[in-house]
Amino acid sequence: MRNKVVAGPAAAVDGVADGSTVLIGGFGLAGQPLALIDALLEQGARDLTIVSNNAGNADFGIARLLANGRVRKVVCSFPRQSDSYVFDELYRAGKVELEVVPQGNLAERIRAGGAGIGGFFTPTGAGTLLAEGKETRVIDGRTYVLESPIRGDVALIGAYRGDPYGNLVFRKTSRNFNPMMATAATLTIASVHEVVPVGSLDPEAVVTPGIFVDRVVAVQ
Amino acid sequence: MTLDRDALAARIARDIPYGAYVNLGIGAPTLIADHLDPALDVTLHTENGLLGMGPAATGDAIDGDLINAGKQPVTELPGAAYFSQADSFAMMRGGHLDVCVLGAYQVSAAGDLANWHTGGADAIPAVGGAMDLAIGAKQVWVMMDLLTKDGSSKLVDACTYPLTGIGCVSRVYTERAVFEVGAAGARVLDTFGTTLDELRDLTGLDLR
Repeated sequence: MRNKVVAGPAAAVDGVADGSTVLIGGFGLAGQPLALIDALLEQGARDLTIVSNNAGNADFGIARLLANGRVRKVVCSFPRQSDSYVFDELYRAGKVELEVVPQGNLAERIRAGGAGIGGFFTPTGAGTLLAEGKETRVIDGRTYVLESPIRGDVALIGAYRGDPYGNLVFRKTSRNFNPMMATAATLTIASVHEVVPVGSLDPEAVVTPGIFVDRVVAVQ
Repeated sequence: MTLDRDALAARIARDIPYGAYVNLGIGAPTLIADHLDPALDVTLHTENGLLGMGPAATGDAIDGDLINAGKQPVTELPGAAYFSQADSFAMMRGGHLDVCVLGAYQVSAAGDLANWHTGGADAIPAVGGAMDLAIGAKQVWVMMDLLTKDGSSKLVDACTYPLTGIGCVSRVYTERAVFEVGAAGARVLDTFGTTLDELRDLTGLDLR
């Protein structure tokens, strides 16, 4: 029987290469796969491009990767938060690159990356700094901006329950970017609070079908 | 008399139509939720992935997996639904939300919105969902003080801060007046302890 469950976070992040683009789920700390990020820190990959909604909170998760000098570039919608002091200091010192993307564009670019879409026209950001230099098109009298897909070498997903086939369900607002990110990486690694037997997740309620998931690991 | 924040929030709450799907921006607009008449059957959307958001969570109800766009713990109401960011912004961009109320640095008479970035050399740009909200909802309203701390008008002829969206705002609620803005310019809909002449004086705009 297919079994995507691995022994622990270290096994889950095995093989992540230097220079990888890593999609990391979460909105703030909700749905951010902290155990996988900590394991990636231990694993040692560096020169990473991190794609996530935020640029780390306090000294947890993404902020730890940043503080340890593992991150070359952050692609996110909202780096500046009350507790983003690690990122703020690195950014002001010129030690990390930043690409700011409107939140809906970030979600849709990742969705496009996972869905094989080569780009899309969106009204979000038209006429603003964040659309400068981008192709635009007027459709039915409204200006749209061409946005490109985002894919990752790796996606780190924070889910609630998963089965050995990789089917995932999420909990409340911790779903956020996780389902799109799961579709958009070469290697998708999901942490779950609980691994449940095949057949015990309601097929009607599965949010991320296992086809998108390569490794599943249980963390508390 | 000019309105305080709570009274202004209550005024905005009264203007929200029955059955509306509404997104309230971070900051002052969140106060509006406290003034919504339950009989209006308004459903609150939070862009991090919930329709049917309830009041702030306290005590045992605090759950790290249940937060709002400001990352504060909240509650869910009966009939709530959770969804991904792609679905959440499809609701917005696709024009499914009836009303969105945002804060702003500046709004122009034509309805241009500046609320994401001061453009300052030391400022870290952070946009979040602001640009999606600005162009997404059927009606975008702004709740803000009419004047900055140094007394200059935030309702302007042309925004000097970087734009969030062009011609996207339809109404501006301030402590001194409610304005309609758009292609036809700014028009005063209601005043609070301030005359039309005083508003013209404060804003420097040819208000009607």
